[in-house]
Amino acid sequence: MFYRENGQFKSSYASDQQMLPILQDRVFMLGLLAFAFIAVPFLASDYLFLSILIPFLILTLAAIGLNLLVGYCGQISIGHAAFMAVGAYAAYNLVLRLPQLNFLVVLVLAGLIAAAAGILFGIPSLRIKGLYLAVATLAAQFFMDWLFARVKWFTGYSSSGSVSTATIEMLGWKIDTPARKYVFLLGVLVVFTLVAKNLVRSHIGRAWMAMRDMDVAAEIIGIRPVYAKLTAFAVSAFYVGVAGALWGFVYLGAWEPLAFNLSLSLNLLFMIIIGGMGSLLGSYFGAAFIVVLPIFLDQVPAMLGVPIPTALNSHLQSMIFGALIVFFLIVEPQGLARLWAIGKEKLRLWPFPH
Amino acid sequence: MKKNWPVVALGAALLVGLALPLATGASAPGFYVEVLLGGLMTGVLYSLVALGFALIFKASGVFNFAQGTMVLFAALAVARLAERMPLWAAILVAMAIMVALAWLIERLVLRPLVNQEGVTLLMATLGVTYFLDGFGQIVWGSDIYKIDLGIAKEPVMVLDKVFQGGILVNKEDFVSAIVAAVLVAGLVLFFQKTATGRALRAVADDHQAAQSIGIPLNRIWVIVWSVAGFVALVAGVIWGSQLGVQFSLSQVALKALPVVILGGFTSIAGAIVGGLIIGVGEKMAEVFLGPVLVKAFDLAGGGIENWFAYVLALLFLLVRPEGLFGEKYIDRV
Repeated sequence: MFYRENGQFKSSYASDQQMLPILQDRVFMLGLLAFAFIAVPFLASDYLFLSILIPFLILTLAAIGLNLLVGYCGQISIGHAAFMAVGAYAAYNLVLRLPQLNFLVVLVLAGLIAAAAGILFGIPSLRIKGLYLAVATLAAQFFMDWLFARVKWFTGYSSSGSVSTATIEMLGWKIDTPARKYVFLLGVLVVFTLVAKNLVRSHIGRAWMAMRDMDVAAEIIGIRPVYAKLTAFAVSAFYVGVAGALWGFVYLGAWEPLAFNLSLSLNLLFMIIIGGMGSLLGSYFGAAFIVVLPIFLDQVPAMLGVPIPTALNSHLQSMIFGALIVFFLIVEPQGLARLWAIGKEKLRLWPFPH
Repeated sequence: MKKNWPVVALGAALLVGLALPLATGASAPGFYVEVLLGGLMTGVLYSLVALGFALIFKASGVFNFAQGTMVLFAALAVARLAERMPLWAAILVAMAIMVALAWLIERLVLRPLVNQEGVTLLMATLGVTYFLDGFGQIVWGSDIYKIDLGIAKEPVMVLDKVFQGGILVNKEDFVSAIVAAVLVAGLVLFFQKTATGRALRAVADDHQAAQSIGIPLNRIWVIVWSVAGFVALVAGVIWGSQLGVQFSLSQVALKALPVVILGGFTSIAGAIVGGLIIGVGEKMAEVFLGPVLVKAFDLAGGGIENWFAYVLALLFLLVRPEGLFGEKYIDRV
């Protein structure tokens, strides 16, 4: 409706492989980025940053990580918060023990450590799949919960087992105000999204998807299952580990031993089911949904004059989540991202659908 | 004997671990037997929940993540209903609720998702978990409640002639373990001897064949989920009376997952034996291995039993993916 791609021909391999082949899409994306980077920091209030935008950005990163594993490689994990915990505690210890490191280096190292943990717990996926793997990842969840709650070395021998972080400072840039945190996170997320997008378009991503669609056939056409599955676990855990480090340092600031528990894992899974498995855009939608719904439930009834108590709110939330999961699995297994694509296609042809 | 050495090695390691506290004299024999009994009693409850789990998996191919939440839901229902009526009536009403729940799940979740992949169904039960968590706590409240079974809680000294100092056994534990054991036996009989049980096993073996000889699949699913609800109810009441009815109950019941992994998904005997192994194993690990680890690594407390079952199942998966009694499948990837 808004634009047509008529007259835009692909005349070289490079233009055939562009991420956004249509000019208008490129303009829109640039505009969106400019808006997000330049306008939002001036327009948004601190409340908007702290309770919506910052958690949204970090959870999106984690959801992308999980989506690479579950949506693209077809390996289920219900213990991914464990890798967030690994990332967070790794970053905490790196900052504590090597304070001269740049925070970006810390982030990457934390991600790598989480990736190592991901490979370790991904090894069972070579022998088992589906439902069995679910239990194997649950083992990761409960083991990591225990490890970080009990082994004092990880928490720097703090008496209560909870840790707190200092303000991040790198290259003379202090990330202290909500707006600065937002810009920093947005930058990280954009880079990671670009990397993920290119990963899933490359041979690695194709190998993952082949494993997901039919592992026997994938092996026959020459994809090594060991390599495909373990890279998926490693990359996924890397993303989630970085998200965990950011969650701890930028969003929480200080956290208790069980901040990365089973329910966070389930929330991550929920995001990609609702948002759309095997879709990066879906990770954004899912994360946005899970961040906004509680606030929506809190604000809207209050505006209508029937405020909901907090406990009821959280229970109502989990009821809605549950009902939505079942609903989406039945009606639209590819989630909000698929609805978005359908809407776009309809609009493209409208008002002449034939 | 070929290629079985990893299983043998793991089994031997477990047995050695089991015998070590006695052999090294780290514990008195009486205390050791006490821990062993405690583990067995928990194990019977794990077996019970795992049984419901294995049943659902056999009959409908669903990996029911919601089992733990069903335990919590049933326990909450009994606890709150018992405030208004006698305990037996509360249990009956709660059972009716669980049957209704089974029917609803079949109707609203399973039927539209028939013939979907296992992972999709797993995620659907994840949705059920979320829903029941919220729903249960809205309807029944989210405080900690008590279920009073009317059995004295004080420990009884038994066998004080055999061991020095005797063995302390909690009477309530003892009664509940017996109840659970009777139930497990009853369920096994139900499956082996009755017409419905036979139909259930037929469905488990082959959905299409069962349907073609006139077994109504949908009704079978309702029955299976009701049985799982019943099992959840019993486990919920027993655990609820011991630990109090609270949210953590659903995580305790999740331990049925490693149990079925250990025992083999499709085996009733596996669920029972797996439950006992895990029950004893984690209790032993907590009591005997825990302090050693705490001392060696300077930990901030034990709590090994939170993950021991899962890691044991994980190790087991690596050496024998089909479990102790599961049917071997061959999959060349």
